[in-house]
Amino acid sequence: MIEGIFVDGLIFSLMVIGILISYRILDFADLTCDGSVATGAAVATMAIVSGVPISIALVFAFVSGVIAGMVTAAIHNKLKIPGLLAGILTMTMLYSINLRILGNKANVPLLRVQTLYTKLPAFFSFFKPEIASLVGTLLFVLVVKSLVDLWFRTDLGVSMGAMGGNEQMVISQGINPDVLKLMGIGLSNGLIALSGGLLAQYQGFADANLGQGMVVQGLAAIMIGEFLFSSNRISLITLRAIFGAIIYKALLFFGRKYGYLVNITPNDFKLLTGILVIVSLFIAQGRSAASSRGARKKALARKTAQEETDAYA
Amino acid sequence: MLTLENITKVFYPGTVNEKAALIDINLHINKGDVVCIIGSNGSGKSTLFNIIAGTYPVTNGTITFDGVDITGKAEYRRAMTIGRIFQDPTKGTAANMSVEDNMITAETKGMKRLKISLNNAKREEFREILKQIGLDDRLKDNVGLLSGGQRQALTLLMTAMSRPKMLLLDEHTAALDPRNAQIVMDLTERFISEQKLTALMVTHNMQFAIDFGTRLIMMDEGRIILDVSGEEKKDLTVDKLVRLFRDIRKKTYATDAALLTTD
Repeated sequence: MIEGIFVDGLIFSLMVIGILISYRILDFADLTCDGSVATGAAVATMAIVSGVPISIALVFAFVSGVIAGMVTAAIHNKLKIPGLLAGILTMTMLYSINLRILGNKANVPLLRVQTLYTKLPAFFSFFKPEIASLVGTLLFVLVVKSLVDLWFRTDLGVSMGAMGGNEQMVISQGINPDVLKLMGIGLSNGLIALSGGLLAQYQGFADANLGQGMVVQGLAAIMIGEFLFSSNRISLITLRAIFGAIIYKALLFFGRKYGYLVNITPNDFKLLTGILVIVSLFIAQGRSAASSRGARKKALARKTAQEETDAYA
Repeated sequence: MLTLENITKVFYPGTVNEKAALIDINLHINKGDVVCIIGSNGSGKSTLFNIIAGTYPVTNGTITFDGVDITGKAEYRRAMTIGRIFQDPTKGTAANMSVEDNMITAETKGMKRLKISLNNAKREEFREILKQIGLDDRLKDNVGLLSGGQRQALTLLMTAMSRPKMLLLDEHTAALDPRNAQIVMDLTERFISEQKLTALMVTHNMQFAIDFGTRLIMMDEGRIILDVSGEEKKDLTVDKLVRLFRDIRKKTYATDAALLTTD
C-alpha cells in the first residue's frame, strides 16, 4: 500500500519536473500540460496495445509531448499572444486529438498486454512485486532527473534559465529567445507526456480526461517541495520537486483514507489543492519578505565588518 | 562604422496618439568615436538607441553597421556586435541565477550549445575578473542579492567579456548613488579605452558630456540640433551649451509661442 504512494508520487514527479521547467525555470505559465499528459498516456497505450515494445512506446510518448509543447511555443512566438492563452489553445485542441489517438473512445484499457508494471516484478523477481515496481520506477525517475540536471548545467540550459529570469539579457547576448522557448516548452511537455505514459501503464488504462487539473496539482507539489529547503542548484531543485510530488500524493492518499472522518470526499480534492497553492503562495510571500530583511541585515553586517577592518588599516 | 540615413520613427501612426519620436535623422559614427548624447526627456535619445539596437523597427530610413545594412535585422542578431547597457540595473543580468551562471552566459555571444563550459578553471578566471569590483567571493550567490551598483558593474564586466564592437550606454549610471556611479563610470572609461571601443552614451549631466568622449550630440523634439567634436567640443562650457540650446530653440519656437500666447 505504502509502496503504491511512492510509485504514484514518482510517476507524478516527472510531470512536476516538467511543470517546474515551464513555470519556474522559463517563467512561462503553460497550460498545455493538462492536454499533453493525456496525449502521452494515449500514445503509449495505443503503441503498447498494437505491439510496440514498451521502451519505444515511452519514446513515442515523450516525442508527442515535445511536439505539443512546441506547438504552444510556436503559437506564442509567432502570434505574440501570452503563453497562458497559447497553452489553453493547445490544451483544448489536444482534447480532440487525444480522443482520435484513442480511436474515438474515452478510455482504452491495457488488458492482457505486457506493460512496464507487469514486466518489472518479473525482472526484479527477488523483490516482492510492489517493491519491484517501486525500485524500477525509482531508477527510471532518477535517470530522467539526472539527464534534466545535466541539461540545465550545459551552456544551453543555463541560457534557458537566464531567459526565465530576464528575457532582455538573453537577447543582449545574441540569443533568439523564441528558439529557447521552443526547446524549453518542448522539453517540459515531453517530460509531462512521459509521465502520462507511465501513469497509463501503472493504472492500466489511458483516459482522455486524465489531464484535468494536473497543472494545479503539479504547482501544489512544486510549492510543497519549495518548503522543504531553498537552493539555486538545479539538482536540488529537481530533487525537492520529486519530494514534493511524493508528499502531495501521500496527502491525497491519507485524504482518501481518513478524509471521511472530517467529512472530506475525493470530490473536494480540487478545491483543497487550489487552497493549498494559495496558502503556499501566501507563505512564500511572507518568506521572501523575511529573507530580503535577512539579506539587508547581512549586508549591514558586512559593511560594519568592512568599516572595522578599514579603521584598523 | 554606423550610419543612419533619413531615419524616421513614428509611434501609433494614423491614430490620435501619433507621435514622431525621430524625424529624418542623419548620423554617421566613425570607428573610435565616443559620443555623448544629451537632450531633455522626450527628445528621442532613447528611441534613437532602441532603433540602433533593433528593439523596434524604423518607420523609414536605413541603418548601416560596418558596411552591412542592418535595418531589418532582429535585435538578438544585432546584439552579436552591439553591446547595450540600460539605465535599469536589473535589465542586464538574471536575478534568479548565480553570478557564475550569468557570466558563463555572457562569455560567448550567440546560441549556446550542449556542452558544460563552467569548470573550476573558468571559475578561477571569473574570480580574477570579479576582483575589479570586489565581488570575487560571491561567485555562487544569486545576482538578485547584489546591490544596484554591483549589478550594473557586473553587467559592464559581462559586456566587456563578450567583446562587442560598439557600446550603447543608456544613462547607465543614473539609477546609482554618486559613489557607485563613479565606480561604474571609471570601469566604463577603462573598458572603452582598453578595447578601443566605439561608444554612444546618453547622459543628463552637461558638464560630464563636455568632459567625456570625443563628440557631443544634442537632441530635441526628435532631431539632432547640435553635433560638435574635436577642438570645438573642448572649448565648450555648460553656459555656452545652454546658450546654444536656447538660440536654436528660439528659432524653431518663435512661431509656436506666438500661436499659444494671447496677450
